[in-house]
Amino acid sequence: MDLKSLKYARTHEWILVEGDSATVGISDFAVKSLTDLVFVQLPAAGRKLKAKETFGVVESVKAASDLYSPVAGDVVASNAKLEGDLGLLSDDPYEKGWMIKLKITDPAALANLMDHVAYEAFCASEAH
Amino acid sequence: MNTLLRTACHPWHTAHGGRMVDFAGWEMPVQYSSIVAEHRAVRQAAGLFDIAHMGRLKFNGPDAVRFLDHLLTNEVASLKMGQVRYALVCQENGGVLDDVLVYRFPETHLLVVNASNRLKILDWIAQNQASFDCQVQDCTESHFMLALQGPLSLSLLQPLTDIPLEPMGYYFGAPASVLGQPALVSRTGYTGEDGYEVIVEADQGLKLWETLLAAGASAGVLPAGLGCRDTLRLEAAMPLYGHELNENVDPLTAGLGFAVKLKKPDFIGRAALEAIKATPNRPVRVGLELTGKRIAREGSLVFAGDQQVGNVTSGTFSPTLEKSISMAYVNPVQSSVGSTVDVDIRGQRVAATVVKLPFYQRAVK
Repeated sequence: MDLKSLKYARTHEWILVEGDSATVGISDFAVKSLTDLVFVQLPAAGRKLKAKETFGVVESVKAASDLYSPVAGDVVASNAKLEGDLGLLSDDPYEKGWMIKLKITDPAALANLMDHVAYEAFCASEAH
Repeated sequence: MNTLLRTACHPWHTAHGGRMVDFAGWEMPVQYSSIVAEHRAVRQAAGLFDIAHMGRLKFNGPDAVRFLDHLLTNEVASLKMGQVRYALVCQENGGVLDDVLVYRFPETHLLVVNASNRLKILDWIAQNQASFDCQVQDCTESHFMLALQGPLSLSLLQPLTDIPLEPMGYYFGAPASVLGQPALVSRTGYTGEDGYEVIVEADQGLKLWETLLAAGASAGVLPAGLGCRDTLRLEAAMPLYGHELNENVDPLTAGLGFAVKLKKPDFIGRAALEAIKATPNRPVRVGLELTGKRIAREGSLVFAGDQQVGNVTSGTFSPTLEKSISMAYVNPVQSSVGSTVDVDIRGQRVAATVVKLPFYQRAVK
């Protein structure tokens, strides 16, 4: 995965947009901040999401974090393997650790997302 | 902006990946690698905790013992030399101001209080001191304190000190020389493992810290942060002030009757606690084992059917049991081991069973 081809939300989700399809997950920074993942819950296919709507939750020993959809779309698939093997998420958050695939219904919110350079700067500021 | 206090080992923590957080006014490491890895190191080898943020108050003078016995629910006068006891500081109404350890050393009595309550307790001491001839000295910032916890603790600490540690009983301590410097060593801790806590002068802290870690590194000893301190104490079912304990909870309801000596003629809160003891149907502190892996956090409500019967005070994923565990206050009807309840986790009901506390108990040799 070329991380520069992704866009990022301030809540640490990444999104890969290909035409009107999208794949969503959470960043390596988010995974490392959480550490010790114990649980993830993802939506079933068919769920209609608005931009910034909660689509699931990921929990670590430390805290529970809601997952927010970076864009409006219908859930086409979710990564059922994650619930049984959180190592996929912690080891490979951009490929095997993907969370949901969407059919974008309104691309407007994409304009508010950060590119890779902006996101790296954002993470650096959050780490302090 | 408030300036956070820093311990003698603060530069070490930041240089070694410590994730620093504001904890009770101190900048403290919550973890270095992973909470689970550090937790397991403590259970299987040893972990080293910087606990210099804990408040250390020395009591001296002719009325020191009498004053402590007035402030604390447990007995101070009967402490043997070197003995350590857990106690509560209560208000007149029995509500808990802090949970503390009191130590009898040859030259002083030491009170170790929670970092979050240190200033409150210093105020409380000043308010109640009028009729006692006693000097109270806050040594928190002049001294450093660490906890070495886990089965390897004895073998790691012994070579650094001049006193034999093996014969020291659990919840006993003594003045000692550690790395050639004056120290107070006690066989105490907050993890459910065997281990020691050591107090040295602040400028000796970093050297002791580095020496212990260097000695233990090849055996799997890790620096351990506040994150695993919480998961370890939760498995051991030890209460944490601000969670199981606060000013609206009394120690009897919290299941800490062993540290409340109502036969003592006088201590603050005694009359209220005597009345509370006679009150039926008080809530009970219990352990819950949840189905699934979701974690109930402080404030999650506990239900029996549609009826709310309690609330969760702490929860985590137990690295030892590999289960989601919680402590909660529930109605007495639901408090017996084996009772089944539901816990509301962020809007979803999760089935749970009341289990015996502690969740984890080390095998005693």
